[in-house]
Amino acid sequence: MAETQDPKKPGSNMSRRNFLKNTGLVAGGLIGGGLFGGLITNQMKKPANNGKKPAATANHDMDARTFFSRTDDFETLSAATERLYPEDKNGPGAIALSVPYFIDRQLAGDWGSNAHEYMKGPFPQNQESAYYENQSKDQNKQGPNADVQTPTPTPRYQTRMNRGEIFREGVKTLQDVANTKHKKKFAELEGEQMDAILTDFEEGKIRMNGIDSIAFFNLLLQTTVEGAYADPVYGGNRDMAGWKMKEYPGPRMGYLGQIEDEEFAVMKQESLRDYQDMWG
Amino acid sequence: MAKKLEKVDVVVVGSGWAGGVVSAEVAKAGYKVVTLERGKPVDRQDYIGVKDELRYTDRYEMMQNLAPETITSRNTLEEEALPVRTRNEMMAGTDLGGGSVHWAGATYRWRPIDFQFRTKTVERYGEKKIPEGMISRDWGITYEEMDPYYDKWEKTAGISGEEDPLGEKRSNPWPNPPMKESPAVKLFKETTKKMGYHPYQVASANLSQSYTNPDGETIAQCMFCSFCTQYGCDFGAKSDPLVTVIPTAVKTGNCEIRTHSLVRRVLHENGKATGVMYVDLRTGLEYIQPADVVVLGAFSFTNNRLLLLSKIGKPYDPVKRTGVIGRNFNGQFNITFLGARGFFEDKKFNLFMGAGALGGALSDFAGDNFDHSDVDFINGGGIEIRQYGHGPIATNKVPRGTKQWGPEFKDKSLHYTNRSLVVWYTPAVMSWWHNYTSLDPTYTDEFGDPLLRITNKYTDHDKAMAKFGIEKCTEIMEKMGADIVDPDEIPEEFDHIYDGGHYAGGVSMGEDPATSAVNNYLQLWDMENLFVVGGSAFPQFGGHHPTATIGALSYRASEGIIKYLKEPKLLTQPKKAAAKA
Ligand SMILES: Cc1cc2nc3c(=O)[nH]c(=O)nc-3n(C[C@H](O)[C@H](O)[C@H](O)COP(=O)(O)OP(=O)(O)OC[C@H]3O[C@@H](n4cnc5c(N)ncnc54)[C@H](O)[C@@H]3O)c2cc1C
Ligand code: SF4
Repeated sequence: MAETQDPKKPGSNMSRRNFLKNTGLVAGGLIGGGLFGGLITNQMKKPANNGKKPAATANHDMDARTFFSRTDDFETLSAATERLYPEDKNGPGAIALSVPYFIDRQLAGDWGSNAHEYMKGPFPQNQESAYYENQSKDQNKQGPNADVQTPTPTPRYQTRMNRGEIFREGVKTLQDVANTKHKKKFAELEGEQMDAILTDFEEGKIRMNGIDSIAFFNLLLQTTVEGAYADPVYGGNRDMAGWKMKEYPGPRMGYLGQIEDEEFAVMKQESLRDYQDMWG
Repeated sequence: MAKKLEKVDVVVVGSGWAGGVVSAEVAKAGYKVVTLERGKPVDRQDYIGVKDELRYTDRYEMMQNLAPETITSRNTLEEEALPVRTRNEMMAGTDLGGGSVHWAGATYRWRPIDFQFRTKTVERYGEKKIPEGMISRDWGITYEEMDPYYDKWEKTAGISGEEDPLGEKRSNPWPNPPMKESPAVKLFKETTKKMGYHPYQVASANLSQSYTNPDGETIAQCMFCSFCTQYGCDFGAKSDPLVTVIPTAVKTGNCEIRTHSLVRRVLHENGKATGVMYVDLRTGLEYIQPADVVVLGAFSFTNNRLLLLSKIGKPYDPVKRTGVIGRNFNGQFNITFLGARGFFEDKKFNLFMGAGALGGALSDFAGDNFDHSDVDFINGGGIEIRQYGHGPIATNKVPRGTKQWGPEFKDKSLHYTNRSLVVWYTPAVMSWWHNYTSLDPTYTDEFGDPLLRITNKYTDHDKAMAKFGIEKCTEIMEKMGADIVDPDEIPEEFDHIYDGGHYAGGVSMGEDPATSAVNNYLQLWDMENLFVVGGSAFPQFGGHHPTATIGALSYRASEGIIKYLKEPKLLTQPKKAAAKA
């Protein structure tokens, strides 16, 4: 494994000027008159981080809830995500990666309120939702473009609840089940007890209102994985530790100089913030 | 009351490859064009600094907002269709350039058997080979006749490709050399070559070098930036309408593009289209745009829906098997792109690097390149490996049987992140009498207009093809040296997920107005100044990605539109089809 810091290779830590030079964008004449030209002069001439933007620091003030109002709910959510994505020899788990805050923030935004989804009735499947929501349990979606999709199941969405409401209902049900079975809060259970409950959700054995428990479980799993690996701008993947475990470098200009390399490239992580700074 | 605007020669609905090519060609020929696009205006600057997997891949930033309008979907005539509610289940482009901006760029020509399906199948295997209920047919145009239009589109787009050793004759080579080869692609090619197959580099709209097209538009060289499919290109290196046909149309001075303009009806009188009615989505105000010729290039779904809503042509009735609008719906869904996933212990690939159309392919099992006497299906498809440049959220594949969460999942998904490859089959999809589009009786859009309803189910033919493809891909993956090979499973039924943009038909082309909606210039038989352009014209789906064929048909339609403007008449004479379908 090579530490790829060769400046001829655009994927490594290099300035935008070197990048342009080495990829032939300058030599190819595009800078002068071509359409790339206007772009570069408009967008790239400015020095990176010209002082108008606050410096990017690990700002833990952002670790506050804006969706879940009750501490108990958030602790239940946190404990569940940690079981799905636990701390281990590879590195931090969901809690240390700030996944619960990521989920909280996603639910507070337009994804949580299904702003871009068709939410008009009727909802004939709402009461007997099981059939449709069970239908697609395959790990991988298929069809063109399937390979770039999140490998979590995608049940057909036929409930009148939005994602935020599903999460509220789901977290509450997790607590109810913990209470009925063990007379304890979910977050206070032993790991195996939590796993048993989560497995019941995954297998559709838990009765929920307006949604199959499988659908909630799938959503929880999907958002947990997303929180571990989405750009840190969304509040998860703390310190890009998710990417480090995955040997994922973050967004780069490109890999024109490296795409043919046989060796695996180990690179330092950079974030969307770093990438945008590079464009000025 | 809708405000009536000044009449133009041609009004075009949609600004993707279909609408964009037509706008450019007709404007270049000196006619006044207005192009209406429901989405917002964008250009390359909107795609700088967007390398954000969550926002684009998982939250579908570039896809149609479904809150005001979606489609409904069911498997059979007896079921009630349900709305496709989330963008997780539905990818359709919106904004200037449409789905043609966030496409990956894998480019293929379709084959003689696609265009002359019935003739060639009967010729080689006899009438009996075509199963009951299959309504696939000839297009009314041959591969040889399509070649110059393919050539034109390929040059506009600057496609970078390597000759398919089993491909049909081309009048010209690809305009640019193929993309570089990554080790994973190389492994696929070397292995399949040893197996006696004929691999080649996937032809690509991610350009291998900077290129100026015949219209004078420059497209930059692809940087292998990995944020390609479902993204716009921040380098102007992916050929799309924004860097080609749209600027070409605008610089003629003859084309005005109006964004935020949602077309709701095609207006007509005495069998002729008079224009379209649209809404400015910012103000809610309605407008009538009169024109001599109306062109729909608004992707399969809207093309179908606008005809049905505007009561143009005879809607298909699957019970009586009469009518044409909505007939021959087809597309590649979850029973296609199946194959085998391999997990490698001692190899590690730079899978986070890539480009939308970086890949290897072979055509040994495409079209009629192999003998079908002993298989229970007709036609075929490409076999592909692709290296899109995987994001970390997407790349969590684990061998079958591994738990999907918890310590085992975490450990294995990390381990296999850069050690897992997939090879898949991209088979043709036939048309069947029971798969069609219509208006939904229950669900409506924000204006109260019925949504488009899709009825689509799988047949034994689809399953036989999928099984064949999985077996071939499994063998290849084993030979590639994967330690664990997981063959895909064949789904029981269509899952109502409209993923990847390969949905077509419903306004299909042919020679006989009893079974086709448009002729081979995509001119509506029932309304000669209305042209319906795009995949909606496919009588059935070919065994490769569709967009080159959409681009070629758009050039063919443009030629027809210009002919019609000079001499208004039906451009081809209907023929009674020799046989059924
Ligand atoms: C993720 C993804 C990857 C893909 N990759 C490939 C690939 O690698 N190879 C390949 O061959 N194909 C690929 N495709 C398919 C490809 O995107 C389409 O075939 C192609 O873009 C279709 O072009 P079009 O012009 O018909 O439609 P579009 O480009 O979608 O254009 C239609 C336009 O019409 C507009 N419109 C719709 N309704 C209205 C209305 N009522 N009023 C006004 N405007 C309207 C839309 O907003 C849109 O801009 C991919 C698709 C997706 C989703
Ligand atoms: S991979 Fe190439 S074509 Fe695709 S977005 Fe990146 S630079 Fe553009």
